[in-house]
Amino acid sequence: MIIKILGSGCKKCTTLAENTKEALADLGMEAQIIKVTDFSEIAAFGVMSTPALAIDETVVSSGKVLKANEITGILERTKR
Amino acid sequence: MIVFEWLNDQLLKMQWLSDLVKLLVGNVFGLDTTQRLGGSIHFFIYDTIKIFILLSVLIFVISYIQSFFPPERTRKILGRFNGITANILGALLGTVTPFCSCSSIPLFIGFTNAGLPLGVTFSFLISSPLVDLASVLLLASIFNWKIALAYVVVGVLLAVTAGTIISKLKMEKYVEPFVFSNKVHEIAQSELTKKDRIDFSTEQVLGIVKKVWLYILIGVGIGAAIHNWIPQDIITAVLGQDKWYSVLLATFVGVPMYADIFGTLPIAEALVAKGVGLGTALSFMMAVTALSLPSIIMLKKVVKSKLLITFIGIVTGGIIIIGYAFNAFGSFLM
Repeated sequence: MIIKILGSGCKKCTTLAENTKEALADLGMEAQIIKVTDFSEIAAFGVMSTPALAIDETVVSSGKVLKANEITGILERTKR
Repeated sequence: MIVFEWLNDQLLKMQWLSDLVKLLVGNVFGLDTTQRLGGSIHFFIYDTIKIFILLSVLIFVISYIQSFFPPERTRKILGRFNGITANILGALLGTVTPFCSCSSIPLFIGFTNAGLPLGVTFSFLISSPLVDLASVLLLASIFNWKIALAYVVVGVLLAVTAGTIISKLKMEKYVEPFVFSNKVHEIAQSELTKKDRIDFSTEQVLGIVKKVWLYILIGVGIGAAIHNWIPQDIITAVLGQDKWYSVLLATFVGVPMYADIFGTLPIAEALVAKGVGLGTALSFMMAVTALSLPSIIMLKKVVKSKLLITFIGIVTGGIIIIGYAFNAFGSFLM
């Protein structure tokens, strides 16, 4: 599973990345987390508000700093 | 009318808070509020508390409204209109669409990809930081409703005019090519429940307070200093109403600065109380919020220098004109 954090590098994106790591740890899941800061790449996802979260190239959230428990919910839904 | 004035005084100006703090400073600290030290401490405590209360309430209410207007919806709405109507709508929606400045570039790209005219996107980008609903209400609390309304009208006008000029100049060719090269992805928008909206609004309040509390304290501190410590003559010597360059000075100092608008409000309030023209103070506020070095650096990544300079020039010029206008006619609004 490849998780991408989309954002230009402000504090929100860092927090989202930390929360994602926490969520993965809570679920005992392993995934590669990549921080995408390049605008053309972010644009390619069609994302208009950062920070955004993408799992395996699909955007699951945009414009929100998800909390760890919200991310675990999404991860579990994605696994199914 | 009297009821409205009372509401304005109590809810927005929080006269009761001012009186309460006066009692605090007078009886608990034993200071005379008409004297310098007592006066500045009163101003500091009262203004800080007032701004934080207003901030929290306003951000909550406005975020709730904003939860109905995510960027994706705004883009859809704007796509249906043409010409100057689109610019006007872009400017108006800019005030209610939530986004933090780090989203301005993805938003710019998203709008442009969807085929929205460059001018409409710029109208949106200009009005968004400039006419911030919460700060407009804060303006009403510090000055009065007429000034707050005039600020909104002028801000929207500036956004629409600047956007229209940019459209007319046909500067699309100055946008970086990669901006156009993407397809528009419609990300599935799930409907928000009432609880979702309340959660969102609460998060916004906490997030923004965390981000700006220091700016507010600094702003109120500077405001208190101006209010009570810096002699009127020095201020009017530099920024007085009769000085023709005061608006220019205020604007050029404000443009490269980045500070949250909530921090600039107490400074504007104190300056005006010391005899600085309303227009000069507003120019300073607008310059700080509409343009800043960080946002210009970010814009540079998506537009070429010529368009960037045009954008900065038009907005700065507009702010200066507005400043002079408010200085000339502001007395009718006070």
